[in-house]
Amino acid sequence: MVGKAEPVNGSVKSGSNQSIPAAMQSPLKKSDLIPNLSLKTLKLKTKQQELLIRVSILCLVYVLAFITRLFSVLRYESMIHEFDPYFNYRTTLFLTEKGFYEFWNWFDSESWYPLGRIIGGTLYPGLMVTAAIIYWLLRFLRFAIHIREVCVLTAPFFASNTTLVAYFFGKEVWDSGAGLVAAALIAICPGYISRSVAGSYDNEGVAIFALLLTFYLFVKAVNTGSLAWALASAFGYFYMVSAWGGYVFIINLIPLYVLVLLITGRYSMRLYVAYNSMYVLGMLLAMQIRFVGFQHVQSGEHMAAMGVFFLLQVFFFLDWVKHLLSDTKLFQAFLRITVTTAIAVGAIALGVGTASGYISPWTGRFYSLLDPTYAKDHIPIIASVSEHQPTAWSSFMFDFHILLFLFPAGLYFCFKRLSDATIFIVMYGLTSIYFAGVMVRLILVATPAVCLISAIAVSATIKNLTLVARAKNKVTQTGFVRGSSSLKGSSKASLDQSQPFQRNGAIALLLGAFYLLSKYATHCTWVTSEAYSSPSIVLAARGAHGNRVIFDDYREAYFWLRKNTPPDAKVMSWWDYGYQITAMGNRTVIVDNNTWNNTHIATVGRAMSSYENEAYEIMRSLDVDYVLVVFGGVTGYSSDDINKFLWMVRIGGGVFPVIKEPDYLVNGEYRVDKGAAPKMLNCLMYKLSYYRFGELTTEYGKPPGYDRARGVEIGNKDIKLEYLEEAFTTSNWIVRIYKVKPPNNRCPYAGNDVPYLPWVPTVLRYHFQAMFHG
Amino acid sequence: MPKLPLFLILIPFLPFLCTSFSPENPSSRRVLVLLDDLALKSSHSVYFKSLQSRGFELDFKLADDPKIGLQRYGQYLYDGLILFCPTTDRFGGSIDLAAILDFVDSGHDLIIAADNNASDLIREIATECGVDFDEDPAAMVIDHTSYAVSETEGDHTLIASDDFIKSNVLLGSEKIEAPVLFQGIGHSLSPANSLVLKVLSASPSAYSANPKSKLSNPPSLTGSAISLVSILQARNNARILISGSLVMFSNRFFRSGVQKAGTLTKHEKSSNEQFLTELSKWVFHERGHLKAVNVQHHKDGEADEPSMYRINDDLVYSVEIYEWSGRSWEPYVADDVQVQFYMMSPYVLKNLSTDKKGRYFTAFKVPDVYGVFQFKVEYQRLGYTSLSLSKQIPVRPYRHNEYERFIPAAYPYYGAAFSMMAGFFIFTAVHLYNK
Repeated sequence: MVGKAEPVNGSVKSGSNQSIPAAMQSPLKKSDLIPNLSLKTLKLKTKQQELLIRVSILCLVYVLAFITRLFSVLRYESMIHEFDPYFNYRTTLFLTEKGFYEFWNWFDSESWYPLGRIIGGTLYPGLMVTAAIIYWLLRFLRFAIHIREVCVLTAPFFASNTTLVAYFFGKEVWDSGAGLVAAALIAICPGYISRSVAGSYDNEGVAIFALLLTFYLFVKAVNTGSLAWALASAFGYFYMVSAWGGYVFIINLIPLYVLVLLITGRYSMRLYVAYNSMYVLGMLLAMQIRFVGFQHVQSGEHMAAMGVFFLLQVFFFLDWVKHLLSDTKLFQAFLRITVTTAIAVGAIALGVGTASGYISPWTGRFYSLLDPTYAKDHIPIIASVSEHQPTAWSSFMFDFHILLFLFPAGLYFCFKRLSDATIFIVMYGLTSIYFAGVMVRLILVATPAVCLISAIAVSATIKNLTLVARAKNKVTQTGFVRGSSSLKGSSKASLDQSQPFQRNGAIALLLGAFYLLSKYATHCTWVTSEAYSSPSIVLAARGAHGNRVIFDDYREAYFWLRKNTPPDAKVMSWWDYGYQITAMGNRTVIVDNNTWNNTHIATVGRAMSSYENEAYEIMRSLDVDYVLVVFGGVTGYSSDDINKFLWMVRIGGGVFPVIKEPDYLVNGEYRVDKGAAPKMLNCLMYKLSYYRFGELTTEYGKPPGYDRARGVEIGNKDIKLEYLEEAFTTSNWIVRIYKVKPPNNRCPYAGNDVPYLPWVPTVLRYHFQAMFHG
Repeated sequence: MPKLPLFLILIPFLPFLCTSFSPENPSSRRVLVLLDDLALKSSHSVYFKSLQSRGFELDFKLADDPKIGLQRYGQYLYDGLILFCPTTDRFGGSIDLAAILDFVDSGHDLIIAADNNASDLIREIATECGVDFDEDPAAMVIDHTSYAVSETEGDHTLIASDDFIKSNVLLGSEKIEAPVLFQGIGHSLSPANSLVLKVLSASPSAYSANPKSKLSNPPSLTGSAISLVSILQARNNARILISGSLVMFSNRFFRSGVQKAGTLTKHEKSSNEQFLTELSKWVFHERGHLKAVNVQHHKDGEADEPSMYRINDDLVYSVEIYEWSGRSWEPYVADDVQVQFYMMSPYVLKNLSTDKKGRYFTAFKVPDVYGVFQFKVEYQRLGYTSLSLSKQIPVRPYRHNEYERFIPAAYPYYGAAFSMMAGFFIFTAVHLYNK
């Protein structure tokens, strides 16, 4: 794919202008009528030919971007992946069934019991509306298609569209060659594929398209100074705001870019028009999204954009005054006064706004972006999410491969040919790479920038190399080269005359580049197939004989819930599984992946980390009927609840100081075997995970109760449940569901954790119980 | 068609088929009586007669009869169980501790009479019902101040107690004049069990010890902590009566006169018969059984029950409560029935007013909070079946078009917007065409 881009670069150059018309004329003369027609259509002018090749390459890239994301559909089935996409799917289903207004006003009583959630006001509707429109359109065209198929294929479809945007962006920033390379690179870049495979029906799927589109349109607006492009960019921004919370990146990057242009003295009327219209219209449009509302004028994260907006007005005003005043000294004085006043007014406005609470301070999420260590200390709920962890260097290599080396080279080329557009792409690249280092999931945001900048490097290098390689043939045509290509190319070409080995060297380097790019293609395909195409709701492992073993336990459990529990049953689980339980199990959950209420999540964390009788009180107060835990001890599935348990303790302890993390650790070590902390061995989560596990032999040659996920023999094999009873355990024990018993019919608190002691006199027995619980 | 004759044949039998315990007719009908010795049948005949005269079918069996069983083919054969077998170590047939507890947990009633030398089995059953008999098998309740005066100066184990629970529902509206004779083992109530109640408690001077031996250690049970007769109403409204004395049910105690030590009044007849008969009426659901039906709620001015309310809606809630009189359902009249509008804590708590025909109702405004609420009626009164109704209902916020369209307070802003537009238009016109 990348290889395909290479011949384009060869033909993009108009160096062979002369030879082609000559070749064109010769067949015309000797051909007959009928072949003449076909040949006439085939033998186009060079420009048209080039356009044809470009379009066909783009089409191929477009198709490629789509089909490379279909691994998961081929390997598993057409289904929704992971956690958040299930919520998106559920809401899309609701939207297509009940219509937009019902969706907009939807109060969901099935999640966050008993608080409920206003769905319409707490989501970014862009994705759902997009999918619903595609669905309605297909229905209108009489394609009887299920909404799930639309949802599954939305992300690949938008990835394809992103390649087109990348092409135009590359063309805008550099040239059409770089555009084509960028399109090809981004089509298969693993950093992007990780969030846009078929079935990964998440906001990011359409948001990256919207992000790149907004940036492209804005750069176009800055380059042309056209109101129409700025308007288009405002609409792109609106779409982005409707689709993903990552729009905050745009609303901060663009002002920063404008600020840099101002400082570097690149202020122009084009910039003024582009930014002002984009900001004002974009802000007004964004306010139409309920979830965003007045944040653009009220929240700290959006204040930078507003500040730059006012700064630009001051700049314009000064420019105008300078134009009127001919006296430089007078202007200097005026400048000083104006700037001081402007800064003072701005600072006072910001201070008063913040102090009065009109402008909300920066949120924890924003802080944790700027400071990688912030979340760990202050917001465990953010730090607990694996995709919010700081990025390991290996995952950069994994997701970018050669782009990691091409990126600095591309930066070099950008600095070489500095323009408004390249400054933008450089800033986009540098900031997003920083954020990608802070959080794993933000690699996604960096991917388009890295692809674009790398594409510039690839395109420019190959262009130069081919020039060198072809220079021998065209020694006489140096003038042409100078006219059409860059200055550097011509200087290389003239150098070439003096150094004959350079041609061979150039060919060798070209081959090397080709090798690298083909390696990139292989790597991307391999990563897509192996790492990013598993739905995570269906687990796959290699069996003892190398065969594929499928664990479909999640769906088994959710369908059990759907078929065997009362429709109004409330299920308590850790919040990771909330969306899936409501979407697939159709049951009410206490907490889910929309982590809007920390206290509620902490309550669940507290229940999970308390003793059974204490947990029972909490569960009764929340009307819990079933408890669901995920357990990997039998299969060796490592992202189960026991491994997440410390986060439950931390989040629970953050709100309820009764829960203390050291109680669950032994010498700072987290363990589940005989040496584990007593509280750990008797907390609800441990009991529910390991109930009846002590009887089970999981591996040959190991004692019963050997936990394969952690590789130890468990410490408490004799687990008795007093207040819960096992309701269902899936075939591989991955999901275990327990029913909360109703209160004891005769004695409300008869069964305690104290074993039944019939030989101890009554009075003493209560004394014992007091000792245990006091 | 051949089904019709069969049906017609069955019709005469319908009353027999329908006499079993049912929500419509909550009094127990068929009662299994397990005895240690069939002689009890005659020595306690007055008590049994009073039950039979009220329409109960008593099935007398020896406790170790190998053929006895509480259920057959998954159906319970009896609605009530009387254990007059304090010394039985194990029951015959399929009855054991678990079977009896299951019997209670599926809503059936139980009367246990223990005695000194009560077997471990009976003690265990009692323990499971929240009552602990004195550990010493030979211990009896002794009271040197409120014993029953008799011809021979005994060991003061025959107690005349008049420390009744004050409840007309449990003991009937007729006042119990004479003390109740008691002779047997004392028990204490499990402090953790909030369902079990003392009906007849010992006087503050009573203690529990072996009357034959000298008291070497302080007795474990003393004073009014000793319960003589206790009741328990389980959460599923199964009712249990536990007595530490079997002999108090006997004809001898029913007929004998009583004079409490230290008092001069000599009663012709002890109150044992009245006390135990009234209590058996309660245990077998002839009294104090409530049912709540027909829970309705709807918006004020509408008739249908909505699937969801909106914040600040006005709603009407009603429920019908009836009391079983032994023969029919009568309206229950009280002024202390309350409804809660509950989400983690009650947001609204209102007394229900009644029309004295069984219907309770109230109207209130939904609070300005959205979420999944419940209408809760938790009605627990001494002696009555506990009513615990909850009905879930979500409350949603306003829809986008349910807010006021034009607010007077916003007129300055409307004015500002439109004047801005007009000003911009004029400015443009002037700027463009006035050169």
